[in-house]
Amino acid sequence: MRSAPADRVRELAGPGVPLGVPPDAGVPVLQVDDLSVAYQTRRGDVTAVDGVSFDLARGEFLGIVGESGCGKSTLLFAIAQLLAPPAQVTGGCVSFKGTDLTELTERQLAAIRWKELSVVMQSAMNALNPVKSVGSQFADAMRAHGVSSKREIAQRSAEVLAMVGIDGAHLKSYPHQLSGGMRQRSMIAMALLFTPDLVIMDEPTSALDVVAQRSLMVQIKELQAELGFAIIFVTHDMSLVSHFSDRLMVMYAGQVAEFGPTRRVFDAPLHPYSVGLLDAFPSIRGPQVPLTGIPGSPPDLAKLPGGCRFAPRCQKVMPACETTAPPLYQVDDIQVRCLLQAGRGPAGD
Amino acid sequence: MRYALRRLGFFAVTLWACLTLNFVLPRLMPGSPILDMMAKYHGRLNPKALQAIEVAFGIQTHTSLIVQYFQYLGNTFTGNFGMSLTQTEPVSQVIGGAVWWTLGLIGVTTILAFILGTLIGIVGAWRRGGWLDGILPPVFVITSSIPFFWIGMLLILFVGKFFVHFPLSGAYSYGATPGLNWPFIVDVLQHALLPALAILITSIGGWILTMRNTMVTVLAEDYVRMARAKGLPGWRIMFDYAARNAMLPNLSGFAMSLGFVLSGAILVEYLFSYQGIGYYLLQAVDNQDYALMQALFLLITVAVLVAVLAADVLTALLDPRTRTGS
Repeated sequence: MRSAPADRVRELAGPGVPLGVPPDAGVPVLQVDDLSVAYQTRRGDVTAVDGVSFDLARGEFLGIVGESGCGKSTLLFAIAQLLAPPAQVTGGCVSFKGTDLTELTERQLAAIRWKELSVVMQSAMNALNPVKSVGSQFADAMRAHGVSSKREIAQRSAEVLAMVGIDGAHLKSYPHQLSGGMRQRSMIAMALLFTPDLVIMDEPTSALDVVAQRSLMVQIKELQAELGFAIIFVTHDMSLVSHFSDRLMVMYAGQVAEFGPTRRVFDAPLHPYSVGLLDAFPSIRGPQVPLTGIPGSPPDLAKLPGGCRFAPRCQKVMPACETTAPPLYQVDDIQVRCLLQAGRGPAGD
Repeated sequence: MRYALRRLGFFAVTLWACLTLNFVLPRLMPGSPILDMMAKYHGRLNPKALQAIEVAFGIQTHTSLIVQYFQYLGNTFTGNFGMSLTQTEPVSQVIGGAVWWTLGLIGVTTILAFILGTLIGIVGAWRRGGWLDGILPPVFVITSSIPFFWIGMLLILFVGKFFVHFPLSGAYSYGATPGLNWPFIVDVLQHALLPALAILITSIGGWILTMRNTMVTVLAEDYVRMARAKGLPGWRIMFDYAARNAMLPNLSGFAMSLGFVLSGAILVEYLFSYQGIGYYLLQAVDNQDYALMQALFLLITVAVLVAVLAADVLTALLDPRTRTGS
């Protein structure tokens, strides 16, 4: 695998220095409003994403973190309209550049897909078709959107591959002939074929080792700065997005637990769950403190506790938490779902 | 390239093993064609006549097995299989006459069953829970667990009762002169319809079931979701992304069944008095017709081997992972 030189990585992603362009304050590229997704099971509907709302500005990098099963991947697929039964959007809307995606037919969606909104999946080994060469999978995407000239396809494919540092000769390779890092890079290259406005990334680095993860993140950030697309980046590794995302959303049991500028959430987390997540990662440079983590496990979404969903695991639980489901409170530029902030006004946009 | 060579080597070794087994096995059977012949004439056969028969049919009970073995190998490669005891004409002629009927009837039906079954499986899984998926797979799974000679008997019974003039047996009408003319072709197709239907009804279910199930698994794969995210047209996702991957495990099974085309239909050919390979094989075994039996068994094993080789080649064409595999 060809990875970016280590010194460049250090230089570009120095401790705590966010990279890239600041989000411009214009029209949001994506507005998610009160989006809910349920899985239909024999025991009834299980709500995996519960009333999530946020705006995403052009060129913004939004990180979404949470434990496995907190609904973060489901949220992504709901935004991209890629849910398959038994999952179903049960409420809310996804407005992409002013069009509500939930209202569109599959045919109308196909026109938007990849040209304006592309997806990078978790495991590139499974997300690339094993029986087709990388190049022909690139070509499929381009042909589906009306590019038929062979020369044009070959030229553009080699161009995007070069952007992620892979030689164009690998267009002839099959997925199993590439290393894990190269597969992931070629997935990202494929997502950039049409220079979309939004790239949705579902843990694109989780199958890679730490060094490869880091260099890939730097590369994604560089490409974003160059091409100006917005990113929604889902991960369970809070420290990974901390240097790269503009805003950070912490999800718990299908809901937004805390949402705000990455540095604010990192430096002064308000929700006890965010505090727990941060304590679960060791700091390399700081003083050595024992890792505490969060006791217990996430609730069964089919049998949610009454009141606050985090209450059974919370260090700062109060009697009211058992009975009252907290709304989102607005604390400066941070939204947080915790009764500790009960004095603040409700979050609204 | 190394893959192809290895496959060819494997093919050669297996072929040799089959040839040898094919030589040894009939000779381990109790009795001999000569004793059979003696019994037929109640022992009233003088030694000279017996010797004449031995020479004519290439049965040399007095030469050693080793010599017989090498003569057998030599004869096999030159296509000289001797005389058939029961049909009293050269084995190669008997087979040459029969093989096309079997290939035409059973080969075409097997391919048809595979194509139809696979298509139904693909569409059934693609529209999972739809009306096609609700009706066809269960119905054909039930029919495929019925023995095909029984279906054949039912067909003969009902068609014979309600369509008195429809042909029920044979490959073509008695007295018709074979030739490439329209009436004869129609006649052959009419005769082939019932046996083909019996095979189709009983074999299609297996293909539907396996294809549908692997397809359902493949449809849950990330690359299918990815194809949707790319905005590809539905038919391309269905065939190029899902079905192409789902078909791979089915190919070797299909090759095996193609290989068994030559032997697998003994009962059908017997039931419909269809003069194909299976029909003659039964006769040869019944009458200890060494020469015909050997040649037929050889033909069947070679057919299976060739089919497996073809499946390997096809798999390599469709699945790049096997080409570079260790």
